[in-house]
Order: sequence, then C-alpha cells, then structure tokens
Amino acid sequence: MAVAETQQTGKLVRIAGPMIEADGMHGVQMGEILRVGKLGLMGEVIRIEGEKIFAQVFESTEGMYLGEAVEATGAPLSAELGPGLLAGTFDGIQRPLKTLQESSGDFIGRGITAVALDRNKQWAYTPVAQIGQQVVGGDTLGTVPETKVIEHKILVPPGVSGTIASIKAAGDYTVEEVIATLEDGTELKMYHKSPVKISRPVHKFLPPTEPFLTRQRVLDMLFPIAKGGSAIIPGGFGAGKTVVEQSMSKYSNAQIIVYVGCGERGNEMAEVLTEFPELVDPNTGESLMNRTILVVNTSNMPVAARDASVYTGMTLAEYYRDQGYDVALMADSTSRWAEALREISSRLEEMPGEEGYPTYLSERIAAFYERCGNAILCGSDATGDNPRKGSLTAVGAVSPPGGDFSEPVTQTSMQVSGALWALDSALAYRRHYPSLNWNKSYSLYFEGLKGWFDENAPAGWNDRRQQAATLLQRENELMDIVQLVGPDALQDAERLILEVARMIREIFLQQSAFSDNDAACQLDKCFGLLESILIYGEECEKVLAKEIPLTRITDLPLREQIARLKEEPNDGFTAVKDKVIENFKQALGALEAN
Amino acid sequence: MAENNADMLHKEYWDLNYVSGPLVFLENGERFPTGAILDVHLTNGELRQGQILEATSTHAVLQILQGTRGIDVKGTSVSLKAEGARVACSEDVIGRRFNGTGQPIDGLPPVVPDKELDINGSAINPVSRDAPNDFIETGISAIDGFNTLVRGQKLPIFLGSGLPANEIANLIVQNSGTKGDDRPFVVVFAAMGITARETQYFLNAFEEGGKGSQVVAFINQADDPAIERIFTPRCALTVAEYLAFEKGYQVLVVLTDLTNYCDALRQVSSAREEIPGRRGYPGYMYTDLSTIYERAGRIRGNPGSVTQIPMLTMPDDDITHPIPDLTGYITEGQIVLSRPLHRQGIFPPVDLLPCLSRLMNNGIGEGKTQDWHREWSNQLYAAYAEGQRIKKLMAIVGEDALTPLDKKYLKFCNEFERKMIGQGFDRRDIEDTFRIGWELMGYLPKSELTRIKASVVDQYYKSAEDLAAEADGIEAKIENA
Ligand SMILES: Nc1ncnc2c1ncn2[C@@H]1O[C@H](COP(=O)(O)OP(=O)(O)OP(=O)(O)O)[C@@H](O)[C@H]1O
Ligand SMILES: [Mg+2]
Repeated sequence: MAVAETQQTGKLVRIAGPMIEADGMHGVQMGEILRVGKLGLMGEVIRIEGEKIFAQVFESTEGMYLGEAVEATGAPLSAELGPGLLAGTFDGIQRPLKTLQESSGDFIGRGITAVALDRNKQWAYTPVAQIGQQVVGGDTLGTVPETKVIEHKILVPPGVSGTIASIKAAGDYTVEEVIATLEDGTELKMYHKSPVKISRPVHKFLPPTEPFLTRQRVLDMLFPIAKGGSAIIPGGFGAGKTVVEQSMSKYSNAQIIVYVGCGERGNEMAEVLTEFPELVDPNTGESLMNRTILVVNTSNMPVAARDASVYTGMTLAEYYRDQGYDVALMADSTSRWAEALREISSRLEEMPGEEGYPTYLSERIAAFYERCGNAILCGSDATGDNPRKGSLTAVGAVSPPGGDFSEPVTQTSMQVSGALWALDSALAYRRHYPSLNWNKSYSLYFEGLKGWFDENAPAGWNDRRQQAATLLQRENELMDIVQLVGPDALQDAERLILEVARMIREIFLQQSAFSDNDAACQLDKCFGLLESILIYGEECEKVLAKEIPLTRITDLPLREQIARLKEEPNDGFTAVKDKVIENFKQALGALEAN
Repeated sequence: MAENNADMLHKEYWDLNYVSGPLVFLENGERFPTGAILDVHLTNGELRQGQILEATSTHAVLQILQGTRGIDVKGTSVSLKAEGARVACSEDVIGRRFNGTGQPIDGLPPVVPDKELDINGSAINPVSRDAPNDFIETGISAIDGFNTLVRGQKLPIFLGSGLPANEIANLIVQNSGTKGDDRPFVVVFAAMGITARETQYFLNAFEEGGKGSQVVAFINQADDPAIERIFTPRCALTVAEYLAFEKGYQVLVVLTDLTNYCDALRQVSSAREEIPGRRGYPGYMYTDLSTIYERAGRIRGNPGSVTQIPMLTMPDDDITHPIPDLTGYITEGQIVLSRPLHRQGIFPPVDLLPCLSRLMNNGIGEGKTQDWHREWSNQLYAAYAEGQRIKKLMAIVGEDALTPLDKKYLKFCNEFERKMIGQGFDRRDIEDTFRIGWELMGYLPKSELTRIKASVVDQYYKSAEDLAAEADGIEAKIENA
C-alpha cells in the first residue's frame, strides 16, 4: 500500500507488544496510518489523547527503542483497487506475499513496503465511456480482461463525478497511466484507493431472492442462504469449518471468491495455493484461482494485521460487487479477529466487556456483516429501468473456546447474520461430515427463497425438504424413548422411521469433501438422493401395512443400493436413481405376508 | 534513543524500581529496546538474565528468567547482554544437551556457532510453504491407519496425568526416519518443567533405540526456573529450523509438556496485572502458542522439514481446558489418550474418536498406502462410533433390549479396542493394520459397509463366520498333516 507524503512526526513513548504510544502527534486523525520507528513499520491510530496517540502496529515491534520517530502519513488504511487482484495472495495490509518473498525470502521480514498492484504490468484496456459523457461514481470507464474468466470493469471511484474530457483509446496501459480526465481536471487511472474500514456505497439494497448455492446438500436443502446474505459457522476445533469454507470457495455459484485466512494455519493456505490453481471451475472450465483472491494473515503473523485483513478482504469483495459480480467472502476465522481486538483493547487498558472483549465488539461485528447485501449499484443507470446489480455474501467461521456457543463472538455474530450453520464436535468425532447439527442450525432466508426453489429446483423440492425435516424431528423424539427403554420397545412403524432417518443422516446429510463424485452436489442429485430415501420409506410403509415384519425388509440389500447412489456423479444421476427406485419398488412389492 | 550500542554493552545501571512475581520494573524505559536480553547482577555476585517486555517513558518491564528471589532494588544492577534472545546454531549441536535457554549442560564447551539466530524466528511466508505429504509410518495402528502423520505436520498428544504418553512419543521418534529415506534425520527434544525421571526416560530411550547421537536436547526440568520455559521451545525450534531449512535435515521436534509452558505464561501475565482470559490464562495465549506450533512445515524447493509432536497434559482430563483447546485450534489434529482404555490395560490407550489428523489425506492413498485407505478408515471410524453409542445405550437399557444388529456392533467395538487399538508395545506395519481392520469388519454384515467402494469390499470382506471356518480348515489341515 503506498503512502501519501509525510506529515506530522512524533516520538515513541511506549512500546507494549503490538501497541505503541507516540507523543508530539498534533493533528493526526483516528484511523490514520503511521510509519513507526527506524524500520518504518505500518501502524494505525486507534486513540488520541491531545498530542499523544495510541496505535496498533501491523508488524512486530521487537527491538525498537523509545524515542524512535513516528510519522503520520495523512491517509487511512486503504486498499488498492484495480486489475491484478484476482489470483493474488495478499497479507492483511494487502502486500502481495510473492513480493514479500522476493524481498525477504521464505521467512517474512519486517519493514517491507510493497504495493498491492504491479506497477509495470500492462493491461489490455478497452474504453466504454466517451468524451462528453457525464459520469458518476460506479460508472464504467472501460474494461480489462483481468483473467480468462473475469472481465474487470474500470469504475469511476465513489464520490467522483463530472464530464469526461479525454479518454484513452483501446490499448495496453499500466495501472499508473491516466486513462481518462474529467473537465475539472480530475485524472482517473485504472486503479483507485478506498479506505477499508468504510463500506463502499451502493445505490440501494434489495431483498435477497436467489440462493447462494454451496453444493453441500445439508446447506442447500435444509439451511440455504441467499446471495447477498450471511451465515456464520461456529464449531470447535476440527469440526470442519475450514473444509466447508474451502468447499464453498471451490464449488459455490458465486462468481468471485475472496478468502480471508485470518489468524489460522499456514499449511491450510499452502493447500489452497497448491490445490486451487489445479482445480477447474465447473462454471467456466478455467482454473479456480482466476476467480479467487486470498488474503492471508496466519496465526503467527502480527496480530494487529488480523484486524486489517478482515477489512481488506471486505473492501476487495465490495469492489467486485460494484463491478456487478456475485461475490462471496469467506472469513476463517472471525474469532481470531475478535481476539486481536481484545488484545489491542487490553493494551489500551480499556474497560473490558464480557470475557475481556472490548465493549464495541458487537458494533464491529455488526458493521462487518452489514456490508453484505444484494444491491442496485451506484452509477448513472441506478435509477433507470435496467440498473446493474451485484451481491456480496459473507460466511464467517467462528471458533468458540471449548466449543461452547454461549460465548460473546458466537452470540453477537448470530444476532447479526442471517443463518447459523452450527457444527458439532460429537458428529465430527463420528466422522459425520459436514458435522452440521440439524437441530441447532437455522436459516432466516428460507422463506424468501421458497419461490426460487419452486421455479428452479426439481419439482417437489420444498415438500421433500419439509418431510426430511419432520423425519429428523421424529427421530429425536423416538431416540429419547430408546434411551429410556431400549430399541426393543418400539413398534415396527417407529423402527421404520428410525431407519429412514438414519438413511437421511448417513446417505443424504453426510457428504465427504474428499470424494471425487460427491464433494459437490448439484440440485438434481441433491433432490434425487433425498427423494429416493423418502420413496423407499413410503414403499416400506406399504409393506408394513401388509403385516410383514420390518426385519424382512431390512434383510434385503436395498438400503445399500441407495447408499451407494451418492458416489454416482452429478451428470446422469437422475437416470441411475430412477433405476434404483424402480428396483426397490419391485423388490418391496414382491414381498408377501407368509 | 540511547547511546551507541557498543558503549551500552556491559554498562551497568542501578535502575531497579520494584519487583513483582517474575518481573522487575526499571526506572528508565529508554535505555533498552523491547525484547533485549539483560544481565542482572545480584548483590551477592550472582548473575541472572532478563528480557524487556515493555518500555514506556517512565519505566521498563523486565522479566527475570531465573526468578526474582534474592533480587533487591538497591544493589542489583542490569546491563545489556544482547538486543534480542538468540541461540547458537551449528550442526555441532547434534548430540548435545542444553538448558532451557540454550546453555550447554553436558560439560562440553559452548558450541561454536555457525549462526546466532533470534529465537522468535519469523513467520514462514505462506506462499513459500510446501504441502506436507510424506507418510511417516509410526508403527502405531491408531495413528498410521486412522490419523496418519506426515512430514512437516504438527500433531500433538493430549494426555492425562499418569497415562503412558512418553512411551507413545518414543515409539514415534524411533520410527520416524521413513523407510528407504536416507536423508539425514535428527530429533530435537525440548523438555519444559518435566521431572528428571521423565527426562531420563526420554534420553535413555533415544539412546537404546540407537537415536542417541541424533538428538539435540533442551532441558528445563520441574526444579529449573519456570520463566526459562518460555524460551525453551523457541530455542529448540530455532535450532530445528536451522537444521531443517539451512542444512537439509528431517527434524522431528518433541516438545513436552506445553501445560507447564502455559503455566509460566500465566505467571508472567498475572504479574503484569493483565486482564486474565479463561481460567486465568492470558487472552493472547492463542497467538503465543501459534508462534510455537506454526514453526513446523516444509518449504518449497528445500529438502528439510520440521515435524512437531507437542505433548500436553489436559488438566482433569478436560479437552475443553484452554491449553488443549487453543492447541487443537492451531495444530493439524491431535492424538488423545483415554484413561478408561488405560485402566483396561490397553496400550497404546488412544481415544480414537476425538483424534484427528488433518493432513492424513496428503500422506495416504495410491502409491503411498492403499487407494482405499481413506474409505477404510472412515468405515471403521463410523462403526466404532456406532459401537460406542450402543455400548452407552446398553449401560442404560441392558443387553437384552438391543437389536441383533446392535449386538454385532457391540462385539465389533470391543474387538476393535482389543485388537486394533490395543496392539501392545510391538511395532505394527501398515499392511498388518489394514489386515486387522478387514478382519474386524467381518463382525458386521457386509451391507453395513457402505462407505467403502463395493468392488473393494468384495475383494477384501470376509465375514467373521467365514474367517472362523477358514481358520478351522487351516487347523484341520495342520492336524491332518
Ligand atoms: N466435509 C468433510 N468431508 C470430509 N472430511 C471432513 C469434512 N469436514 C471436515 N473434515 C475432516 O475434519 C478435519 C478438520 O476440519 P477443518 O480443518 O475444516 O476443521 P475446523 O473446524 O476448521 O478446525 P479449526 O477450528 O481447528 O481450524 C479435516 O481435516 C477433515 O479430515
Ligand atoms: Mg479451520
């Protein structure tokens, strides 16, 4: 991130881990970026007391002396927005990790300045706007094929407007070249900067109506969320949060993915970096990296930069939304961000709230999820008949201590996000993945999406969903009885319910992220699998009505055939499924009471 | 800024202001940089070390490694020893014994350093990391079959006091030079607050296993200064990184016991009057632990690797205690030990259900183990979990109330614990582990094995009855002969 010309200079008077105090800083602003000490480490002003400021530093302060200089830069923490973001990997303050590697090797050094966007790379620019055209923030000046699959729209930055005085012809330009000027002399380049802690404007938020399809059966069927919505995934360690976030990054129907690894593992990022370039996006047939941006601040990287990483990621996501894309932001894990806030707050000796978190925690979390939405975008066409739209969906992992959801981060996040995908360690221990607890989870979007599913999903979607939910509920009640008196006490009809519920759990809800054919499940397969289990249950009921004992049914190798269906590929699934259904209908129909 | 560094070195200051717990507060915050190591000269001539944790214009906070007993504010002086904590690195450290801060304790002269490196290290750039994927065959079924360890992984052992965790760690050490791999291998052992008996156990075991000359040990025992423990894993990991990434070694780091480490952190935190987090541990413990655990891995284009086996005691056998909890959130899985299995005489007493290896997939499969390894493991896991559920149910409703299928799962579950987990002290290779797994699946009806591809089940599955009949047949043949 580049820095404006030097302004106020002061001196370090306290160093306490990631927090410093400096004196003689008259006139600096809250949120202003500083250069701290001889190494020029980046810091951000988080409190002002007269001429004294408190700042969080985005790199380790070890080895600094009191008295070292602190310079204000005049600018808040900002992200560079322009072509060259996709397929990139950045740290929390948007330095490209590749550039850091070039300057300090395999281990990250300190005090390295690196701009996010390559200044030398030439981009093939095609103008869209014309001389004399009136433009406002959000209008498209031109386009650049950023990757094979994504056309980058060069936007007039928010807040800028005027009449185009000049515009470059199609050709190759670097991001620093002026591609257009306005009559008032404003020069526009292919990139601009945007303060990360302020949300980028939209014309108007719309109620979400289309599902963000994750290709995970349990989510798409039972707890779907909308494009522009948000969900949280709390779960103890190893419950499967990262696997879900990564699966969605690979297979969901978003057009752009911003993945923020906030305070998590380095090896997980290495995995994404090796896996994604080789994976093919089913929608485009191109490498997944072409639609992905990684923002990585692993747990052992400076704690203050975790706070920055979440905002940087959000700003990048908003920028692609502003270009009209459906963007999904994956944040793993928002708890590490909250902990960073707590750590800085305790260094500031602020009055702690619950569990030591600052009292403004809920405000920050709310402000984060508020930046999601399905929107009519800013621009001259916003009030026209056919305004451009974009959406930003966010899914935040939450890592509750001891797996106990009553803690502040889970609780506040639940209040401000639209869905709870509660992971359950007990299910993970049994290798029931995704370990989503169907009793605790919910989605507030379902009602709003019903219409979409009615129109676009296989017929009967909403009814089958309801049946499945009811069966799982019945299973709970029956299991309570079994716990008291044992399975022997049940009637065959009740046992059948248990059997079908078990099939729903094991065959339908469980979905291995490592299976070639089942890691991503399309709507047809999702529905077909559930349907075959439910029809099986209905057929069995008919058999029981003939006074045939259930054991005669379960002795048949039918359950197994349905179970193996899930290893069938999405393509051609329906035909295979129909055969299996026909087959068990016949086998069950052939049973006669003896 | 203070004077020139060379002048500052050795210059003594009588700056002590007050003393609290392991901390000393110095009057002048401007003399030393944060992180600096100071010599502390006690009135009685004793020399100790301290590190600057925080500096303000009115004071500096100095953490004394060897404790503050005997320090007074009048006669005790401090002088700068080094601008940061460093440890001597050289291939000559192999075979040596050091204390918790890297000073030799084996009676030999100090190591002539090739490099003196900052013990805090720096974060590996995530884009430089290479995904760990070499299978380490530990010879323990519960690990190799179900929670595979790979080179460059950090896989902790969560133990309860009195459980035989050291023996398991030793088995891993003994077997971790992978088969057919002639790259140089070394064990870095860091002891934090363990007993002399435990230290001896490890050192002897390494020696007996023929690994003695390949060990570097950093030892802080129970009766050594507690604050030194904060430095011990960092010294060990700095040496490990040096040997791995500069000298190309396959390094296995055994860290024990992280619970003692965390208690030292808590001590410092409470002396600083920080707002305590859960159970009195500092709020930044996750971050602190990550700066230890994340120092494992592989680097692209580099032949070396750092694999970590941290060991920690779960207070009250509670896996939700902050120490195991925060560890589990950072490491790539965990091996959890079980007291009930230990009581039943099962060794190794591995509590399989809460165990996990997140990197397992990278280490297994075709060309490494078997292409059906993952499915095989999932199937046995699911069956074992079901068996355990039924076991609990039986305790309430009695065996008679169970269905015939339930009873099969029950039988499977018991045999699984006895034969698969309870392998005893002998090494078991992965092929044997697989074979036993298939045998155990024979207790279940074939139709239950839906997690494994049908063709694989057809190839390997034999029901317990068939197996018994076969065994009788073989016996009969032997008798006949
Ligand atoms: N859908 C899935 N299919 C198959 N395996 C899964 C699935 N989800 C999780 N797992 C298994 O569980 C392990 C842990 O999952 P993951 O890393 O996502 O946990 P997590 O909740 O992110 O944990 P942490 O909070 O510690 O980061 C994975 O390595 C994998 O072995
Ligand atoms: Mg995770």
